[in-house]
Amino acid sequence: MDLLEPTRQAFALLFGGDPELWQIIWLSLWVSVAAIALVAAPSIALGFLLAKKRFPGQRAAVVLVQALLSFPTVVIGLVIYLLLSRRGPLGSFDLLFTPWAIMVGYMVIAFPILVVFTIAAVQGADPRVYETARCLGAGRFAASLTTLREVRFGILAAVVNGFGRAISEVGCAIMVGGNIAGLTRNIPTAIALETTKGDFAQGIALGFVLMVVALGVNVLLALLQGQGGLR
Amino acid sequence: MKPGFAVRLAAAALAFCAASAFAKDIKMATTTSTDNSGLLQVLLPKFEADCGCKIHYTAVGTGAALKLGQNGDVDVVLVHARPAENKFVAAGYGVNRRDVMYNDFVIVGPASDPAGLKGMHDPLAALKKIYASGATFVSRGDDSGTNKKELAYWKAIGIKPGGPHYLAVGQGMGATLTVAGEKQAYTLSDRATYTTYAAKTGLEILVQGDKKLLNPYGVIAVNPKRYPKINYKGAMTFIKWMTSRTGQKAIGGYRFRGAQLFHPDYGHPPH
Repeated sequence: MDLLEPTRQAFALLFGGDPELWQIIWLSLWVSVAAIALVAAPSIALGFLLAKKRFPGQRAAVVLVQALLSFPTVVIGLVIYLLLSRRGPLGSFDLLFTPWAIMVGYMVIAFPILVVFTIAAVQGADPRVYETARCLGAGRFAASLTTLREVRFGILAAVVNGFGRAISEVGCAIMVGGNIAGLTRNIPTAIALETTKGDFAQGIALGFVLMVVALGVNVLLALLQGQGGLR
Repeated sequence: MKPGFAVRLAAAALAFCAASAFAKDIKMATTTSTDNSGLLQVLLPKFEADCGCKIHYTAVGTGAALKLGQNGDVDVVLVHARPAENKFVAAGYGVNRRDVMYNDFVIVGPASDPAGLKGMHDPLAALKKIYASGATFVSRGDDSGTNKKELAYWKAIGIKPGGPHYLAVGQGMGATLTVAGEKQAYTLSDRATYTTYAAKTGLEILVQGDKKLLNPYGVIAVNPKRYPKINYKGAMTFIKWMTSRTGQKAIGGYRFRGAQLFHPDYGHPPH
């Protein structure tokens, strides 16, 4: 099969400002950014608690969240589908096959990543940071924030990884989004569709964008760590 | 992993490769309607028993199925989009095209029928009414035979579909009907797939019975001159069986919940 011609068409689409293509890219970006923005704070707080607090069932809670890491996204899609479907308990909100449904899916998918990365980062921090802050008169909340500040690059890595998982996810997005053109078609679902149609140019263009986004976010992370993380 | 298991796995893989290399299985690309409606699950075992061979199929839209044939990835295609089929043959990608069967399209929608289509026959008048009423219409949007047909209808009435009430899902007929059910919207479907999804979606047939809604299927062998390595002999065995008395009877005999979904028409097309 000819690879060059679809690739040439892909770049023509990208740099020719094809509105349909850029609409798909924009949808992918805003839905995943919004999902991460909404789920980050509670997940990080939970991760911190699971790392620091000792309580009955804590170990089980950590194992459960870690298990969620390898939970198939299509199962998450299925559960959300059943909840949001017209015949489901939340059917009256008309959320199935809208960007909001995808956003909920992304939040569920990113949640365990954020929690587990936060646990690892906080457990890796020097416990004296917290104790020193307390000695210097900080309250529990302020001392916790100081610890989180110390491990901010670990937390940032958590956020970047959660974002990466969400924006590249296809199973859940196609199930609860429905791949509707101009409404819920995002980068991964569009690639899946274009390939089954036998049209490769748009798929290649979108795959290229996805790789640029992944690379860009990670370069940004490395730059931030490089400037502030050297000790 | 235990070594014993690894060895067995490797042996199984080897055996599979050997089988597919020597037995010359037939590979077919077909449309989602023949698969979703349950026809293939009944037809293909009968064919395999008769010919003593194996046939594998992938169910995609007509556009994609023809593309698979064009790329030499399959030996035979079973599709429904006459203009595209003719182009496929004219361009030298396929040979020996035969009519095999037809079913018909229906326009389905929610029981509330906001555009008031119930009892209509003409698909063009119905689409005009949907558009004018601002009701939501779900399109396959996947370059399938059904999608091509729908776009041809819109073209015939001079409307360029789009906007927030036109949802192109880019998926198979089953997924499209599911979205239409959820969105309480109208869609164009082949009768076979609709029948299998009627209970799940709660959609009703509102427009049917016009000649414009007929949906003929063709079977085409991929041109062996273009791809000498494909299983042309197998493809022709399949085409011969499909157009034989046995094959035609099997097509006409398929029932879903008591209803005949496909009508054999080799040699006497109704269109």
